Amino acid sequence: MSARAPVSDELHSDAVHVEVVHDHHEAGHGSRKGYITGFVLSAILTAIPFWLVMAGVFTDPRVTSLVIMAFAVAQIVVHMVYFLHMNARSEGGWTMMALIFTIVLVVIALSGSLWVMYHLNTNMMPTMSPGDMRNMP
Amino acid sequence: MNSEPNPIDTYPHWWRLLFGRFTLESLPLHEPIVVVTFIAVAIGGLAVLGLITRYKLWGVLWRDWFTSVDHKKIGIMYMVLGLVMLLRGFADAVLMRSQQALAHGGSDGFLPPHHYDQIFTAHGVIMIFFVAMPLVTGLMNYVVPLQIGARDVAFPFLNNFSFWMTTGGVVLTMMSLFIGEFAATGWLAYPPLSNIAYSPSTGVDYYIWALQIAGIGTTLSGVNLIATIVKMRAPGMSMMKMPVFTWTSLCTNILIVASFPVLGAVLALLTLDRYVGTNFFTNDLGGNPMMYVNLIWIWGHPEVYILVLPAFGIFSEVTSTFSGKRLFGYASMVYATVVITILSYLVWLHHFFTMGSGASVNSFFGITTMIISIPTGAKIFNWLFTMYRGRIRFDLPMMWTVAFMLTFVVGGMTGVLLAVPPADFVLHNSLFLVAHFHNVIIGGVLFGLFAGIYYWWPKAFGFRLDPFWGKVSFWCWVSGFWVAFTPLYILGLMGVTRRMSSFPGHEYQPLFVIAAFGAVLVACGIAAMIVQFAVSILRREQLADLTGDPWGGRTLEWATSSPPPPYNFAFTPMVHDGDAWWDMKSRGYKRPLEGYKAIHMPKNTGAGVIISAIATVFGIAMVWYVWWLAALAFVGVIAATIIHTFNYDRDYYIPADEVARIEAERTRTLALVKA
Repeated sequence: MSARAPVSDELHSDAVHVEVVHDHHEAGHGSRKGYITGFVLSAILTAIPFWLVMAGVFTDPRVTSLVIMAFAVAQIVVHMVYFLHMNARSEGGWTMMALIFTIVLVVIALSGSLWVMYHLNTNMMPTMSPGDMRNMP
Repeated sequence: MNSEPNPIDTYPHWWRLLFGRFTLESLPLHEPIVVVTFIAVAIGGLAVLGLITRYKLWGVLWRDWFTSVDHKKIGIMYMVLGLVMLLRGFADAVLMRSQQALAHGGSDGFLPPHHYDQIFTAHGVIMIFFVAMPLVTGLMNYVVPLQIGARDVAFPFLNNFSFWMTTGGVVLTMMSLFIGEFAATGWLAYPPLSNIAYSPSTGVDYYIWALQIAGIGTTLSGVNLIATIVKMRAPGMSMMKMPVFTWTSLCTNILIVASFPVLGAVLALLTLDRYVGTNFFTNDLGGNPMMYVNLIWIWGHPEVYILVLPAFGIFSEVTSTFSGKRLFGYASMVYATVVITILSYLVWLHHFFTMGSGASVNSFFGITTMIISIPTGAKIFNWLFTMYRGRIRFDLPMMWTVAFMLTFVVGGMTGVLLAVPPADFVLHNSLFLVAHFHNVIIGGVLFGLFAGIYYWWPKAFGFRLDPFWGKVSFWCWVSGFWVAFTPLYILGLMGVTRRMSSFPGHEYQPLFVIAAFGAVLVACGIAAMIVQFAVSILRREQLADLTGDPWGGRTLEWATSSPPPPYNFAFTPMVHDGDAWWDMKSRGYKRPLEGYKAIHMPKNTGAGVIISAIATVFGIAMVWYVWWLAALAFVGVIAATIIHTFNYDRDYYIPADEVARIEAERTRTLALVKA
């Protein structure tokens, strides 16, 4: 569009709806192989946390919950790649941009809430004494 | 908590099965103010319904408006909704101002405390959710597709559905005035007060379901407008050639989609606490009310920017149009908007500095809050530099813009003051805070919306608004705002807390009386605005604008006729420049006069009205514990949605002859103007 077209040429008529300018390639709909891979992976990623809890692999429940959360994150990634068909190119990069934005916000909201609630719990919950109050973080 | 016997206990079992907890005592017949209001509303409502029937307008309303999927008509319906609710919200404000002007030195005023609590809650909820949001969404709906050269939004039916869901929320809120009561908790319904133990009546339930139903509409309209802006721009309009209002709309809708689910989730948790006895936000059994405050402000702070960003967009369009210049620093304006979008997620804790987070957390959020004023300040300088050496025309939109700049800067500065945690410990929960947020929301959002209404009214209706009554309204509003809120700043510094229904001594009374006088001035401003609309409609022949471009506009919405044809543009424009229409005009653009083709358009449907009506019934049933009706309505919503998906008769073509006829008429009109 660097050279400016004469005025009469800049009207382009289209009979149907307004045309999409940016990207004409749709997001892929995946293949049977992709879906099966995704299904098997998510089944495995679901089974392992169940096994961890039912067999009592770790003695410390906090370790168990952290490991389960890690599996949950892996599960999310599997779903996005194999079921939502997300990659860096789909929809002209818009899905990737939306994903990055979502991750930024989720990280802000979760880590911020944990940080804030940790402070509030330490400072405000009933167990605290006036002495604790003076040593607020 | 309530020691009085509950009237529901005296009702027979079948009544409870049929009507839940609704009793005849739920009607507030013992409150004379409410009864008189009800009588007035009933008479007014019946008069409107009678007139519609008399002039046989029901068919027109249903076919051309209620079921319309045209973004322009939906936009106008949003504006009407917002302006009507502005009257309701302002009535609440007048009640509060007069109560606080009277109730000093032993006088209780005319409002009992429990009623007063409902009024300030309803005022906040209505002004944010049912005035500011519909007005913002309405303007975005009307203007964005025109600015990007599109024929409608990406999902026209969804747009209609979103509007009616918002209206469903309005219906629930308005109902609570006459049947049962509204929340008495403050506009964010903090637990433990909002939990069932301390608010056992219908108030908080009305609040929850009104916001949930309206919230669905808002979220979907956010999705819709993002898809529209991302996918449907005219050829040649790259991201950095989008008009600034479209940019701010994009960022606002991204904020909506990212933040409203948080509101929905936190209200759902509160609902579980109230309905099934979970303990998310109770004081005991592991619950933590502070989590509610944390979560609701993760939504609440972005919400502030959801409202103000489109207003910034309007000011950008108005400043550049009425200064006859390209906007100064377009790129910096865009980056400032994007930075605000991200930063608005990093400041939520400044709403509860005093809850006890400690120094490190408070200083982090205090600093991020101060940082957010930098991009905002950059915007103010951009507008000032746009005006510098411009040929400024002080028409009404520009007057509101200048009033905004003067008012908003003061509001912004008191905001930075409140962002300092030690200062906030002194000023939090005081009238200083109340004055601050009214200063930014009225001075920023509302002035922006008024500028937008005056700016785009000729586009929507084909005639300008009468300038005389507009100026009367302007001066009443702006001076009324300052007279009403300056005393509140002073009272706040004196230590007066918010939400008080009476005061023991007389020392504060003079300032409250001045504030009440400010509210009277604002009332004159609103009255003048109504007169202005009426006068302009009566004088529409003299005020007519036949060119479609009354202000010497710069963006694509001014390229088409006023009001635009159903299809907006007979040919999709080709964009070469940020100020696309200015560029076309300066290169001697000529309208194409032939070669029209049939235009593919979406068809009207009543599904949006029907599904939203059933959803509203669901809300009412949940509020009153009418479980059979709630279950029925819930199934009904899903069934109606599924049935709608089988409606394949969704589109039609405007034939080429019809397009040619409309365009030929426009050619004749334009020739008339030139002659």
